[in-house]
Amino acid sequence: MGVPTDRRYLKSHEWHKLDGDICTIGITKFAADELTDITYVSLPKAGKELTAGKPLGEIESVKATSDLYSGVSGVVTEANPKLGDSPELVNSDSFGEGWLIKVKLADVKQIETLMTAQQYDAQIAG
Amino acid sequence: MLKTALYEAHKRLGARLIDFGGWEMPVMYRGINDEHTYTRTASSIFDVSHMGRLIFTGPDAEALLQHVCTRNVGKLKVGRCGYSHVCNERGGILDDVIVSRYEDRWLMVCNAGNRSKIVAHLQQHMQGRNVKMEDTTEKTVMVAIQGPATMDLFTKHLPIKIGDMGRYGFVTGSYMGQKYSVFRSGYTGEDGLEVVLSAGTGAMVWDYLTQDGAKDRVVIKPAGLGARDTLRLEAGMPLYGHELSEDVDPLSAGCGWCVDLEKDFLGAGALRAIASEGPKRKMTGLTLEGKRIARQGTRVFSGDSEVGVVTSGTLSPTLGKSIAMAYVDSALSKEGQDLALEIKEERVAATVTALPFYKRQT
Repeated sequence: MGVPTDRRYLKSHEWHKLDGDICTIGITKFAADELTDITYVSLPKAGKELTAGKPLGEIESVKATSDLYSGVSGVVTEANPKLGDSPELVNSDSFGEGWLIKVKLADVKQIETLMTAQQYDAQIAG
Repeated sequence: MLKTALYEAHKRLGARLIDFGGWEMPVMYRGINDEHTYTRTASSIFDVSHMGRLIFTGPDAEALLQHVCTRNVGKLKVGRCGYSHVCNERGGILDDVIVSRYEDRWLMVCNAGNRSKIVAHLQQHMQGRNVKMEDTTEKTVMVAIQGPATMDLFTKHLPIKIGDMGRYGFVTGSYMGQKYSVFRSGYTGEDGLEVVLSAGTGAMVWDYLTQDGAKDRVVIKPAGLGARDTLRLEAGMPLYGHELSEDVDPLSAGCGWCVDLEKDFLGAGALRAIASEGPKRKMTGLTLEGKRIARQGTRVFSGDSEVGVVTSGTLSPTLGKSIAMAYVDSALSKEGQDLALEIKEERVAATVTALPFYKRQT
């Protein structure tokens, strides 16, 4: 079963879904399963500028703390308010309710430089 | 990498396997929090076959163990086991072990990652003594069954007779021609048992214990090393490579209760000196504000001065709080002391908390 085809991916397992000029970023189910029980997510506040390829925050599980990366440049418009109290949403619904942040893109074409669902599936299968 | 006799069972159960002390071991089956909570409320079984099992026989076996162990193992009665440290001359901890006294032999259970070091250490001190050591680790299997439902399950429903031994007692027996030892010990903060049996029967016993067809009793579910770590941390128990190392002594580690300074043993002189001055830093429990986890190596501050370092930390599944163990300057290690941790350039408030973080009700 492949990952959703309505979005693009980073090698480091973040998904990016475009709606107008707003890009929602989350992590894949594969990454959430690898991390196991997620205990804390550190995300940027609205207004923070992001640069493609740079860390956007951190995610912690019982096992380890990992950096989260953004595949796009832009300004954060919202961080998922539910994750403060319920970081486990990233485990239970990583492609939906467990989204991390929304970013207003300067250049919507930038998302096309990221991996397609097919390319990402090939990476995690390999 | 070494595999335990239960390796195929772990694969069949869908375990995630990792390298631990040179062994391919299950870190989790269903999820660390799930396995943790099940151990605190029911009964879990852990494969701990990676731990070293060394058998000592011969007239000088007791003298050898007295020489290398901080504990006065001579005081152990037959059918009893005890926790001890093994130290070098400087009082640094080479390993932490459980020593058991049988009628005709002794068993030492050591950490997987320290087995070759401990075997070499003992061989060195066996010279000139009439004692034989046999490393039975790869010929046997060891499982821990832990949790409040465990003792009831064993006394009422299972074909292994354990009698009414107390904590740190053990019994031996034989089932279908195979010898076993059952110890009332563990590393989770719960009541429970640890069982050593031949590698050949291990998988059969594992399958029997984990079968979930039984409707009239609590089901024993498998749990991995991930839950074992969060369970022992809540119970304030040290882990070699984190709280314990050759750079640390048993007194600073808060394990003075397993050191008998009245007897002579390797490291006794150094430990007497530390005892008379008092340890400079102490193993300390910390409760953090917020839900961030302090990992090993996180620095501890009091104001602007660095006063300690974290050795283990987790988000306690039972308490819902971020907890950590750390070495902290003795003067600042009293319960209620306010300190701060530096997690990713941020200061996080922490309060010294008495160990253990979690204590079972009965």
